[in-house]
Amino acid sequence: MYQVGIDIGSSSAKTAVLKGGEIIKTILLDTGFSSRKVADEIYAMLEAEGITRENAGYVATGYGRVSVPYADDTVTEITCHGKGSYFLFRENGTVIDIGGQDTKGISLKNGRVMKFVMNDKCSAGTGKFLEVMTNRLGLTPEELSRLARKGKEITISSMCTVFAESEVISLIGKETPREDIAFGVIESVVNKVVSLLAQVPNDRYFLTGGLCEDAYIIGRLAKALDAPVSSLPLARYAGAIGAALLCK
Amino acid sequence: METLELPKSFDEFVDARKAGFLKVKEYVENGGHLVGMFCSYTPLELFDAAGVSVVGLCGTSNEPIADAEKVLPKNLCPLIKSSYGFAYTEKCPYTYFCDFIVGETTCDGKKKMFELLNDIKETYVLHLPQSQKREYAKDIWYQEIKLLKEYMEKRYGIEITDEKLREAAHKRNELRKTQMELYTLQGAVPPAMKATEVMSTLAQGMFNFGVDAQHASYKAKVDAAKEAVANGAKPVDEKAKRILLTGCPSTGVIQKVGMTIENNGGVIVCLDDCGGERTQKMLVDENADNILRAISDRYLEIHCSVMTTNEGRIENTREMCKKYKADGVVEMVLQACHTFNVESNLMQKMCEEEGIPYMKLETDYSTTDSGQIETRIAAFIEML
Repeated sequence: MYQVGIDIGSSSAKTAVLKGGEIIKTILLDTGFSSRKVADEIYAMLEAEGITRENAGYVATGYGRVSVPYADDTVTEITCHGKGSYFLFRENGTVIDIGGQDTKGISLKNGRVMKFVMNDKCSAGTGKFLEVMTNRLGLTPEELSRLARKGKEITISSMCTVFAESEVISLIGKETPREDIAFGVIESVVNKVVSLLAQVPNDRYFLTGGLCEDAYIIGRLAKALDAPVSSLPLARYAGAIGAALLCK
Repeated sequence: METLELPKSFDEFVDARKAGFLKVKEYVENGGHLVGMFCSYTPLELFDAAGVSVVGLCGTSNEPIADAEKVLPKNLCPLIKSSYGFAYTEKCPYTYFCDFIVGETTCDGKKKMFELLNDIKETYVLHLPQSQKREYAKDIWYQEIKLLKEYMEKRYGIEITDEKLREAAHKRNELRKTQMELYTLQGAVPPAMKATEVMSTLAQGMFNFGVDAQHASYKAKVDAAKEAVANGAKPVDEKAKRILLTGCPSTGVIQKVGMTIENNGGVIVCLDDCGGERTQKMLVDENADNILRAISDRYLEIHCSVMTTNEGRIENTREMCKKYKADGVVEMVLQACHTFNVESNLMQKMCEEEGIPYMKLETDYSTTDSGQIETRIAAFIEML
């Protein structure tokens, strides 16, 4: 029996397939315009490998969870990221999930969610903020981090993504080096995330979501939190893995 | 018969709203008097004794907010904006046809809004003390209530006698007891009904003319629910997580918060806002020598976050958590409501002491954050 977890986020759709407690497959797709379409695409890809309704259970999570017609159940990304992280890291602590539209802090005890915080409707401190800024600077996310390493202290004071973008535009206008702006952009995200996490403090943190392979951001988070932050390449699938684990 | 004019935009209204207007118009044209009010501090017995119907005008809809923001700042509580907006746009029949509005100084936003509202509709503002604690607080409030009584007597050319006040106090007490019965039905496992039903019953009941009609509507609901339970009806899943909903007045978020809780594996077993058990369990001493004083004393007892300090509210919620076997506490704070927002810290501490999971939601009447609110509520219930 296969356990399939599908995490349809605002930017990407992640799928994890488990069998006998082992992750045997992961799929990463862009969510694109239609959650429904990407859900169908995932089903077809799995079907091609012999994973079908006959031999698999499906649990959907993420904001597009309601658009997976073949899901047996839907569970929120908070529960799934908590469960998936505990599976990956085998430790209690606070999970930091920086998603495309939300950032969450999830505190785990005995592998269970004890408390969580989530940004309100504002996109400060989320993947969306980074996306807007990298686009404005004409960079890829990897380039942004690489440049930031060489950057000097610059503070982007606006929390609001729209205002912060104007601030970045005026920095560009003043010919501020891109490295410095990149540094400021990442610090802004780190600071916002850390202030959100103040409500779920811990001595140990795990980063999940799309930034899980960005060593620079992980390092800056650890410094700002003054505590170890771990991540794994598979951590971007934490939500999908958690969902798969919840398949009956 | 008095002839009354309908709002200028009446023809553009949808049928349900037109019907509402015509019903109120008819009531007033037939000699009925109507007063609008906002808050549980309003001494209802005074209006009952004067033979005047009193209706709650607390705005609970997002609809008139954009218009209200032409006058009021955006960053203000949605209840205040909505209440003002209904008067400003002439879309609420009760606001439109009432003789006057009774406001109170329960928060700075409302207090200042009433000054502007007074330009649209006469607004009489009751001045609340800042706290119940001072020796003379009850005297201040008594003087306020007496002043309102004198105002009413003069305005309507009547005498509000002690006998009438006593009778009104008795009827209001009976109504409160029925309301308590309605709340207590939720104590069963599983509760007798979804709380969104209770919320709708209470909200609709407020729009009856007079205490008797309101009482009858609540009584009918209690009887129907009891009968359904006796016949084996179980409208709520036994495994549903039992939620106590506290914080700001919640009628404006029945859909966004109430229904979301109840559609995601939860059930609200205790409505712990100012219209709930915390307030309705307080009765007026019907046999007091000075009945007006007994009425004013009862109202000043109310635990509102505007009072400093306000331990009574927190302690009452602690008791409610036990009585209703709450699995979790959700606190709903309306955007820009500083008093409840700050006080939420004390509520959270109490929940931690009791070992009950707590979550605060800060929101308004719009749908902009519905997705995030749903994720938060669903995750909270999954966590329980």
